[in-house]
Amino acid sequence: MEYILIIISALLINNVVLVQTIGICPFLGVSNKVDTALGMAGAVTFVIVLATMVTYLIQIYILDKLGLAFMQTITFILVIAALVQMIEIILKKISQPLYQALGIYLPLITTNCAVLGVAILVIKKNYNLIEGVVYGASTALGFGLALIILAGIREQLELADIPKGMKGVPTSLVIAGILALAFMGFTGIV
Amino acid sequence: MAKTESTFKNMVLSLTLISLGASACLGFVYQMTKEPIAFSVLNKKLTAIKQVVPEFNNNPSEEMYRLPTGEGDSLEIYPAKKDDVIVGYAISTYTKIGFGGNVSLIAGFKPDGTIINISVLEQKETPGLGAKMTEPAFKDQFKDKNPAEFFMKVKKDGGPVDAITAATISSRAFCDAVQRAYNTLQKGGLK
Amino acid sequence: MNQLQNFTKGFFKENPILVLVLGTCPTLATTTSSLNGMGMGIATTFVLIGSNVVISLLSNVIPDKVRIPAFVVIIASFVTIVDLVMQAYVPALYETLGIFIPLIVVNCIVLGRAEAFASKNSILSSFIDGLGMGLGYTMALGIIGAFREIVGSGTIFGHKFIQGDGILVFILAPGAFWALGYLIALINRIKEPK
Repeated sequence: MEYILIIISALLINNVVLVQTIGICPFLGVSNKVDTALGMAGAVTFVIVLATMVTYLIQIYILDKLGLAFMQTITFILVIAALVQMIEIILKKISQPLYQALGIYLPLITTNCAVLGVAILVIKKNYNLIEGVVYGASTALGFGLALIILAGIREQLELADIPKGMKGVPTSLVIAGILALAFMGFTGIV
Repeated sequence: MAKTESTFKNMVLSLTLISLGASACLGFVYQMTKEPIAFSVLNKKLTAIKQVVPEFNNNPSEEMYRLPTGEGDSLEIYPAKKDDVIVGYAISTYTKIGFGGNVSLIAGFKPDGTIINISVLEQKETPGLGAKMTEPAFKDQFKDKNPAEFFMKVKKDGGPVDAITAATISSRAFCDAVQRAYNTLQKGGLK
Repeated sequence: MNQLQNFTKGFFKENPILVLVLGTCPTLATTTSSLNGMGMGIATTFVLIGSNVVISLLSNVIPDKVRIPAFVVIIASFVTIVDLVMQAYVPALYETLGIFIPLIVVNCIVLGRAEAFASKNSILSSFIDGLGMGLGYTMALGIIGAFREIVGSGTIFGHKFIQGDGILVFILAPGAFWALGYLIALINRIKEPK
């Protein structure tokens, strides 16, 4: 039962992008087409789940055991960077079109606040490995959800007449704000 | 831009050296800041204790002991004494059912179980709503009340506690933490 | 460009958040008040200056293929230093900023400046670039924070000037998005020739 709580909380109530406001850069950058949004969401989910597992194990078995908790930031970000490199190489071999579509956004997953954020939060919240992975996966799905919703809306907006100053980022931000407002409605669930 | 060639040897060497250098610097800064950090953590607790018990002249931190909650863990009890007579107990308690997660409080009780005052240590509740639990407007209603008669339940649940408007969950969580502290103190016996 | 231009570009022409739209995550989350936003900005500025200088120093020594991991280690080190120092000497601000202090390491501004500027310029230029960009960022955070604080909490720099609450939604997530969105739109409009 607790897992359901973690899932709903990470997916909706505390949605990483629309409530915690983490992971915004790719949110703004990749949300103009639903397919790229889907690809990005998938890649991020994969990285977050793997990263959560590896960083958790490193924290418990290496950092805490040796009293090196202050090395957390460095080790975590290096793990994430390495994982993203690995995925780039694998993706290039397995699916060239997806690799092309994601283009520059793939290495940018390394700087996605959501990935590092989740890794750190799992430790802060004292989750065990399974809870941590569930939390990570749900957060990633929440990220994907926000991304796809915004992409869907932006695709429609291509046809609208937007004032010059508002074109691009400002419009996305205002829409995101409205989405965030909507997501606040989920707070009543638990 | 980089005058050094990207040979395997150079890459490994430079990364290793940079990592070692970084770790060394960090280890140094860590050692230097260890004490101030421990000090500020202690200070925070002491400040909170001072807010919830009457004047004391012992060192509650040194006389801290733990009592089991009955739920598998224990709470820290800080006895406050004036001239060796106990004037209050500050208990570091928590609740897991906060809206934004864990909330930790320090609750001060008189030896007879009456609440003196409560100080919120950590909370992640919504600003303007649940976060108001830190304000006197909500907290003060607990002063001088004994949980044996003034039940730690919000009005919605049939109790006497005036919840924060639109923040029932946070208010419930607050009560839960105070109840936990009271129960632990009662069960453990007052020393 | 001369050093004066180098310094001031971070404030308007190339303001990291309002023009380059980098470093959005901490912007949205820590600008619930002006002082919080500026605290975040200053912490980021320290990291920027530190990493810019060290990276510029070592730019000829780091082989090209490993420059990103090397930069990341250097930046992460400065972030950890700032984290420890804040925890020790400004615990209240440290707790308010919470997880966003370690997240400075993935703040696109820092890696961006390292890659685009510090690795290619002199130590002095890199220092001034870091300082200018950092202060420009801090200024923007201060402005957004002030706006959200005034409208959302009815306080400015912690001093309340109205009775009761403000428009709460502005200190929550939606308000953050709107404040940033409209501010960028405003800057766009100002920069755009009519």
